[in-house]
Amino acid sequence: MPVAENRLIFKNIDRDGFTNDIDCYLKNDGYKMLKKALGMKSPDIVSEVKTSGLRGRGGAGFSCGAKWSFIDPTKNTKPVYLICNADESEPGTFKDKQIIYKDPHQLLEGMAISCYANNAHLAYIYIRCEFTEGTKILERAIAEAKAKNFLGKNICGSGYDLEIYVHRGAGAYICGEETGLIESLEGKRPYPRIKPPYFPAVLGLYMSPTIVNNVETLCAVKHIVDMGGANYAKLGKPNNTGTRMLCVSGDVNKPGYFEFEVGKITIGELINDVCGGIKGGRKLKALIPGGSSAKVMKAGDRYKIKQKQADGSVQEIEMGLLDLPIDFDTLAAAGSMAGSGGVIVMDDSRDMVQCLANIATFYAHESCGQCTPCREGSLWMKKITTRLAEGNGHPNDIPLLKNVADNIAGRTICAFGEACAWPVQSFIAKFPEEFVAHSTSTAPKKEEPAAAAH
Amino acid sequence: MTERTLTPVAIPGTQTISPDKVYPGAVHEGHAPVLLPNGFDAQADDLISRYPVSKRSASLPLLHLWQETFGYISPEGIEWIAAKLSLQPINILELVTFYPWFRQHPVGKVHIRVCRTLSCALGGAYELRDHVAKKCNTGQPDHHGLALSEDGKYSVEFVECLAACGTAPVMMINDDFYENITHQGADDLLAKYPV
Repeated sequence: MPVAENRLIFKNIDRDGFTNDIDCYLKNDGYKMLKKALGMKSPDIVSEVKTSGLRGRGGAGFSCGAKWSFIDPTKNTKPVYLICNADESEPGTFKDKQIIYKDPHQLLEGMAISCYANNAHLAYIYIRCEFTEGTKILERAIAEAKAKNFLGKNICGSGYDLEIYVHRGAGAYICGEETGLIESLEGKRPYPRIKPPYFPAVLGLYMSPTIVNNVETLCAVKHIVDMGGANYAKLGKPNNTGTRMLCVSGDVNKPGYFEFEVGKITIGELINDVCGGIKGGRKLKALIPGGSSAKVMKAGDRYKIKQKQADGSVQEIEMGLLDLPIDFDTLAAAGSMAGSGGVIVMDDSRDMVQCLANIATFYAHESCGQCTPCREGSLWMKKITTRLAEGNGHPNDIPLLKNVADNIAGRTICAFGEACAWPVQSFIAKFPEEFVAHSTSTAPKKEEPAAAAH
Repeated sequence: MTERTLTPVAIPGTQTISPDKVYPGAVHEGHAPVLLPNGFDAQADDLISRYPVSKRSASLPLLHLWQETFGYISPEGIEWIAAKLSLQPINILELVTFYPWFRQHPVGKVHIRVCRTLSCALGGAYELRDHVAKKCNTGQPDHHGLALSEDGKYSVEFVECLAACGTAPVMMINDDFYENITHQGADDLLAKYPV
């Protein structure tokens, strides 16, 4: 029996008869939570979000309430800005797109509540420019909301003003990194800033306190106001509260996006029950659980996970890959991460070296070039993995590749360094025999291998 | 001291498009002056008004506007945007050379972007790219990975993850997004774009 979805944010998405215009949204209780929030005191909303235990849905899983509480509106002399990170570009992730295209007003409502809570009067939605249709949908939704006084001056007679604008990116993955995003929004190259001192909460957009939240996180805020922080925290598991979107792609029969309570579904249930198993009756070989930056996990692996019991004691339990519940803490304990919720599944016919070469090519293309280890290392990793995949590897390639990767992680300004090193390190660690086979040239040489092109 | 001028450097292969023939990929002989279409300046002002704190923030929106109008970012475009925002041309040029979306050369009238990244690759993106490139009769990709057909009507390139991994393989034709593309499906879609 498949685990049932719990659709909070996706409640109306793909529902028959639901459209993305404001009339339909209002018919479905739209903007009621904004009105409720405007009747509350700002610090009370922040404390509800803290109580809810909501963790950022963009990839890092940082506590949203903690992020907000770094900003104290009473002590600020500078204006506070809020930015919605809609630069969804982590390979394997396609959840924010569904919200933007199918339920844009939910995002606007969540943003308006979050802006009110943090006393921000100017907010931007940083959307990746490939969402051309999505940009138009959001622009239209903003105009509709302004016409009905849910945005603009004196919202719903509360005396609170807020302007939201859409800002298009230009095809660069690094703009998903919050300080890179801020630089980009300031009209510069998106070179991430060094932290400290440039924490967005202190020195963000225009050197003012800035909150950068993912689309899904901001939508969750609406539901926290609806249910109350304590009730929201009852969903999911302690420290992994609420619901979250999971996107499954790759070699499964029914790929797609789903919303489950965090930690209430295991990897096996997701792949076999929800997604109809592996395509073509094949077997699972590997999966990447949280976007391509997450470390790869191998079918058949067993993990020792420490679990908190009902009586408060901690017990170590051994679990197979398919038994792991999908939540932040368990996947971190298993040596990978829940990341952005993008699960990429690979069946037993896949060549892991080619898969890694594909990922390495992505990171080589997307490195911003600011830090030497990442700029040079990502290109080296692409070059080495590609020649291995082509069957032109050198016997020394595996230690060389590992050496390059080990010298990137932890030596860069932003987390991109880890994001490009982790796949390489984990693929080599989990599938050494395939790399050895390629480096000793027993693999057939190919003229133009799939993973080698641009 | 050497005097520096801001005269645009002529880049081989770029031509200015006159406003009566504004369509993506239009290649015009000679170097006619850039005449802005009606309302262009007002549109630019509207975009700048969205950034009350710093108008430099409008550089990406203005680059998008220029590229949508003229098909690519010419040296004249860089100069115009820089002047509009009280910046140096290098402040705009460094964006054009960084962001993959912006280009300094025309592309085909029908421009196809095929997603290359892992989920799409597992779903057959490389085969799809090869099929489309063959169908559109494009030549060898340039150093940016863009392959243009000889008549300039079609161009095909690989792009990185387009955030639709569950419906792989995916591609964009001009600004339109398509998912679950079979080779037959690609042929049918291309037929909808007259050249």
